[in-house]
Amino acid sequence: MTTLDSSKEIQKNNSEVNETHEDFRMFGLITFLIADGMTFAGFFAAYLTYKAVNPLPDGAIYELELPIPTLNTILLLVSSATFHKAGKALLKDKNSESQKWLSFTAFLGIIFLICQLFEYFHLPFGLTDNLFASTFYALTGFHGLHVTLGTLMILIIAWQSRINGGRLTSQNMFPLEAVELYWHFVDGIWVILFIILYLL
Amino acid sequence: MLNKNFYLILIISLVFAISFWIGFNVNLLPAEASINAPIYDELFKILFIIGLIIFIGMTIAVIYSLFKFRKRNDQIGDGIALEGNLSLEIVWTIIPSIIVLLIGLYSYNIYDRMGGMKELNHNHEMMSSNTEKIWAGISQTSDNEIAINNLSIEVSAMQFAFLFNYPKGNFISGELHVPVDQKVSMKMESKDVIHAFWVPEFRIKQDIIPGQPTILNFTPTKVGKYPIVCAELCGPYHGGMRASIIVEEESDYNEWFNKNKKPEVNL
Amino acid sequence: MTISIDPQKTNNESLQPKGWLRYFSFSLDHKVIGIQYLVCGFLFYLIGGTLASAIRIELASPMSDFMPRDVYNQVLTLHGTIMIFLWIVPVVNGAFGNYLIPFYVGARDMAFPRLNAVAFWLIPPSGLMLVASYFVEGAAQAGWTAYPPLSITTPQSGQIIWILSVLLLGGSSIFGGINFIATIIKLRRPGLKLMQLPMYCWAMLGTSLLVVLSTPVLAGTLILLSFDIIANTGFFNPVLGGNVVVYQHLFWFYSHPAVYIMVLPAFGLVSEILPVHARKPLFGYTTMVFSIMGIVVLGLVVWAHHMFTSGTPPWMRLFFTIATAFIAVPTGIKFFNWVATLWGGKISINSAMLFSCGFIINFVFGGITGVALAQVPFDIHVHDTYFVVAHFHYIVYGGTVFIIFSSIYHWFPKVTGKMLNEKLGILHFIITFIGFNLCFAPQHWLGLNGMPRRVAEYDPQFQFVNQISSLGALLMAISTIPFLINVFLSVRNGKYAGDNPWNALTPEWLTSSPPPIENWEGEAPLVEEPYGYGKEILNENKNI
Ligand code: HEA
Ligand code: HEA
Ligand code: CUA
Ligand SMILES: [Cu+2]
Repeated sequence: MTTLDSSKEIQKNNSEVNETHEDFRMFGLITFLIADGMTFAGFFAAYLTYKAVNPLPDGAIYELELPIPTLNTILLLVSSATFHKAGKALLKDKNSESQKWLSFTAFLGIIFLICQLFEYFHLPFGLTDNLFASTFYALTGFHGLHVTLGTLMILIIAWQSRINGGRLTSQNMFPLEAVELYWHFVDGIWVILFIILYLL
Repeated sequence: MLNKNFYLILIISLVFAISFWIGFNVNLLPAEASINAPIYDELFKILFIIGLIIFIGMTIAVIYSLFKFRKRNDQIGDGIALEGNLSLEIVWTIIPSIIVLLIGLYSYNIYDRMGGMKELNHNHEMMSSNTEKIWAGISQTSDNEIAINNLSIEVSAMQFAFLFNYPKGNFISGELHVPVDQKVSMKMESKDVIHAFWVPEFRIKQDIIPGQPTILNFTPTKVGKYPIVCAELCGPYHGGMRASIIVEEESDYNEWFNKNKKPEVNL
Repeated sequence: MTISIDPQKTNNESLQPKGWLRYFSFSLDHKVIGIQYLVCGFLFYLIGGTLASAIRIELASPMSDFMPRDVYNQVLTLHGTIMIFLWIVPVVNGAFGNYLIPFYVGARDMAFPRLNAVAFWLIPPSGLMLVASYFVEGAAQAGWTAYPPLSITTPQSGQIIWILSVLLLGGSSIFGGINFIATIIKLRRPGLKLMQLPMYCWAMLGTSLLVVLSTPVLAGTLILLSFDIIANTGFFNPVLGGNVVVYQHLFWFYSHPAVYIMVLPAFGLVSEILPVHARKPLFGYTTMVFSIMGIVVLGLVVWAHHMFTSGTPPWMRLFFTIATAFIAVPTGIKFFNWVATLWGGKISINSAMLFSCGFIINFVFGGITGVALAQVPFDIHVHDTYFVVAHFHYIVYGGTVFIIFSSIYHWFPKVTGKMLNEKLGILHFIITFIGFNLCFAPQHWLGLNGMPRRVAEYDPQFQFVNQISSLGALLMAISTIPFLINVFLSVRNGKYAGDNPWNALTPEWLTSSPPPIENWEGEAPLVEEPYGYGKEILNENKNI
């Protein structure tokens, strides 16, 4: 992300004296995702504690409909697979195929967000109604923010994988791999969220 | 060699002797006025002595090294290339572990004697509805010995005062009056932000939390007037949020109680 | 998020300002960034110290007479926040970490130089914002812990600015942490093994793990808190059915590890300083490494010892008592090892050495009161009193700040090529040590005898002891004067240090002082024994 070219830079500087390092940008990204995961872990912990010890006021509505979130889960899982396809295609230098898969992944992400918004508008409770409602919106909202960010990044790399002039090639896979990892991470969080929030 | 060991033992015994002497002769705590207080002071004494031994020992070791091994003007070169000593390192892993473990067990015992480990009394006398959840606190009463004889008081805290409700007398007081040598059982809840009920002479403290009633039990043992201090930052006047607890003989207490008692209002 | 600057352009060093001006630029050089962290942190230390002086002036008399009560609360909140998030954490992590780690791993820069610069440049604006919030509607006034519901009900603008700047500072800290982990693990010079790294690398690795695992939780918590303030949600607002204790759990899940974030790097620094000036290898390298990792693991599971009176269930108190007290074991190993490092050395008694030894003594004292505080029955009496204030100042000031000074005396020749004046340094040490103990030792008694913390007015019986404490604070303020004079004089007219004035063996001394842009003229040296003092002598003895 912020650090896309820095390691190359070092390698370049170091190459004068034959000091090369393996690519550690992925390593940095993984560390970042662990940190990001801890934010979610904090939210989950808060939610579970509330659920265990804070009874809701009588008459509070916290029944959730399952169809839309189930659809969303499927959307995200499929999008993980399509993203993977895009990577494979790029590796075989099939840029336009890769671009197609990426666009399709971004499309799935957008559908996910639309479904999410649709759910928000049809829920019987608002942000400040009760503790459950607030936590629900905070968790799904924070996750939705991640999906939005991810979709934007996918659109960017889809643009970059265009055949002429794109920076994304089979020699420069890192941006795609980074976004892919991020996307799988966001999916994983969604699955946990789905289980904890909707199924439990 | 013998000589060296002799000095070592001498110094260690001296450190112990000094620490014990200080531990037993220096009193850093306020008066003891509840049955918790002597228990607490016993723990304090032990921790104080152990702490002093470690602290004085370490300080002596550091200052001694600075003097003994300081570089004299004519010296050049390095010290001995000693990189470690496994048995020594094992010793100073195990000894602190044992100390810490013993301290932990001991303080568990102390805490139990203070009543901290008792499961909270869920059918507490004052809880009209059995569904109400008491969160935590220090209770000296367990479920089966329902505290009928306890003096029950409901404490509510607000910015910036404590109010003490005596349900039996149906009145509210700004001063806490309790008879000496009798177990007092308080249920506390805050009306706004978090406060804390602290009586230094009793060695007890419990946060008063909005939305989560807590329990605090204690038994005063000494007649007198002691400060009640709010110990949790609760706003600009936090420092001024104080009240008094007046421990008095049973007869004095009854007199005060009857003077303030209001007839039951039946609706 | 993507900053795609053409690598050729940024690499062009001639575009970067030279001389002292580079300290005001978005420099990518780890040494420049390190110094930026240090100077910026020190300026905030002066601000935080000025606020501390205001606190001590107010407390010299039992009445609330020096400033209004709500201003007092703002002052103590700003004091705590500035000292922790803008002084200790950026300096022991950011400043020394950035300066030293690349040398220690034999690299020419940090793994992600640009991220590094971003992490630094987040700090000045958020710090200034925090200080400026005082002039808006009053700064935050709920203490550095910002417990709700108080933080929800006090004036909003101050609290929101506080949250925003702590979030930015937390972000800066996370970026730094990621960078350190990547640098230490991935950027090591070929041939350099993990177990050959100087101890500071291990300390920073442990610290960065804590940063990465716990700081995000604070971020999440503060986001929820800001929702409560702005959007009227009820996460921590009991009026709306929220639970205030959940905040405390989440907050301390970060803020207890934060205390090790403040002290582990100091442990690392002292492990570098002692062997050099005692001319002996660091005693027990392997156990030191294990104890750092032990502290990291234990540090993550002891947070509720700050909540013994918050209505936690008994089993929880029991668990956290034992877990907390056990931190004394790995910490103790380190202290015994340091004393063993001194033992039998040829110790130069200089400012760096004195501050390090002062650190050992003060920290042991603070650690012992910490172990006492970890015992629930003990803590119940002294929680939220001056006993706690004394405990943590013994550790953060007597420990970490002492080590910061020690490190400045130790590495000043490296950074500037000039020596600091030893006489002024020793004067600085003596005044600081006396002032510090005079200020904070009496506070233990205050706490035991009934003075709560965070109060602007108190029982008149405590006046005398408070005045002693204020006198100590005055001495501490005075002690900064010889230090500042020393630094300013030495930068201009100090004795030339040469490349390696201490004859040290760690890699940063194996290049010129000050070091060249990419740290080494040629290839980075392979230092397999950063603590190999006395080795030749041993061989000579054997030969005889
Ligand atoms: C750098 C910061 C730092 C460090 C390193 C520590 C280290 C420790 N702290 Fe401290 N602490 C704070 C900063 C720090 N603390 C702060 C800021 C607060 C207040 C927060 C607030 O409320 O605002 C606080 C509060 C605090 C509390 C809560 C008090 C309360 O509010 O009621 C407790 C309770 O357990 C505690 C315990 C400990 C312990 C057990 C250690 C241990 O790590 C210490 C271990 C070290 C030693 C023990 C010394 C060396 C060991 C030996 C020589 C071996 C032999 C020793 C024995 C066998 C005992 N601390
Ligand atoms: C982390 C580091 C740290 C450091 C280094 C310090 C340093 C000091 N602290 Fe700090 N303190 C905290 C962290 C720290 N503190 C925290 C976390 C709290 C809790 C806050 C809360 O409750 O929320 C606290 C609370 C706290 C209190 C309790 C307030 C209360 O509860 O009511 C007191 C009272 O004595 C105090 C005093 C001091 C003093 C005298 C110093 C001295 O050591 C300071 C010495 C430095 C100087 C005096 C600077 C000298 C320079 C000048 C005077 C310069 C003049 C100006 C210019 C040239 C521009 N501190
Ligand atoms: Cu009520 Cu402080
Ligand atoms: Cu802690």
